[in-house]
Amino acid sequence: MGRFHRHPDGTVHEHADAVGDHSGYASAPARVAVLENVLAENDRVAGANRAEFAAHGVWALNLMSSPGAGKTALLRRTLAALTTDLRIGVVEGDIATSLDADRLEGLGASVALLNTSAGFGGECHLDAVMVRAALGRLPLAGLDLLVVENVGNLVCPAEFDVGEHARAMVYAVTEGEEKPLKYPVMFRAADVVVVNKIDLLPHLDFDLDLFLANLAAVNPRATVIRASARTGEGVDEWCDWLRRQVPAERKPLVHK
Amino acid sequence: MHELSLSAAIADTVRDHAADRGVTQVMVRIGHLRQVVPDSLQLCWGMVTQGTDLDGAELVIDHVPAVVSCAGCGADTAIDRPVLVCGACGSRDVVLVSGEEFLVVSIDVLEPV
Repeated sequence: MGRFHRHPDGTVHEHADAVGDHSGYASAPARVAVLENVLAENDRVAGANRAEFAAHGVWALNLMSSPGAGKTALLRRTLAALTTDLRIGVVEGDIATSLDADRLEGLGASVALLNTSAGFGGECHLDAVMVRAALGRLPLAGLDLLVVENVGNLVCPAEFDVGEHARAMVYAVTEGEEKPLKYPVMFRAADVVVVNKIDLLPHLDFDLDLFLANLAAVNPRATVIRASARTGEGVDEWCDWLRRQVPAERKPLVHK
Repeated sequence: MHELSLSAAIADTVRDHAADRGVTQVMVRIGHLRQVVPDSLQLCWGMVTQGTDLDGAELVIDHVPAVVSCAGCGADTAIDRPVLVCGACGSRDVVLVSGEEFLVVSIDVLEPV
């Protein structure tokens, strides 16, 4: 194999010999076995996050979806229903703007905004290191439930463990039945799939049974909850699912 | 889409193991079920290494097919779609035996003389 590579400006070329300035080195390279997971560093930090959640008695959820599927709308409903008996923190991930964090104002949760645009052109996902940075801005010792609202994206967030205890996915019926087959990593990673915008079904050609069959083919163990963040349908079932995940032996409840 | 951050993660892993030696080649193993686009990873690898100590290190991608092992008929079959079904008998009672790998396998380094 030649030393073929491509530069960001689109030019490609091949180096005939050893590349770069290797004049100070022995001529024959030696192979060193590495066998390390590419995401090992992320996973180490995710483990540290998880340990911190455990130390503070916090149960953490990674909430993922494509852009516009209704994560923030569902979260608004969730906070309105649950903040009376659970103390909730939110890490709000977005490439830019505080628009979504603003939508969560006044609902009784502690919100830490995490814009990813400071990274290399705006990260398309949250990783464990970013979430770790946001945790310092949340009163973890006074929380029962932490929701990490990921960047809207069906591909990248699924690859990065942020230290969560479970992964929830919001999927809107406007997205088409075939999505589990096209984005299997995300659908396979989900412990629960909230099928949102169910109120739109009468207006769509969407085949819910076909979607559910595709989901089951990719991830047969996912819990499925049909909901509408707009009408509130299914929100109780979703909140009950959340309540069952948060450990029963919680810290004493202290109202703010 | 996330190949840029994956490339940066690969570069970090490589640097940990290179210990200041020159790196000529990096071999990564990527399972079929990871959503990694090889061409995109190559492009991003060139971007994150350009002008650094890893400039010019060749990225070699070892692609691993997704294989399921069937509890019913015992066959090991490769799957192309992400649907976990035995290719021999159609049973869904299968275990994934490969396809989710994402490793830096080895690096080729030049020892200082």
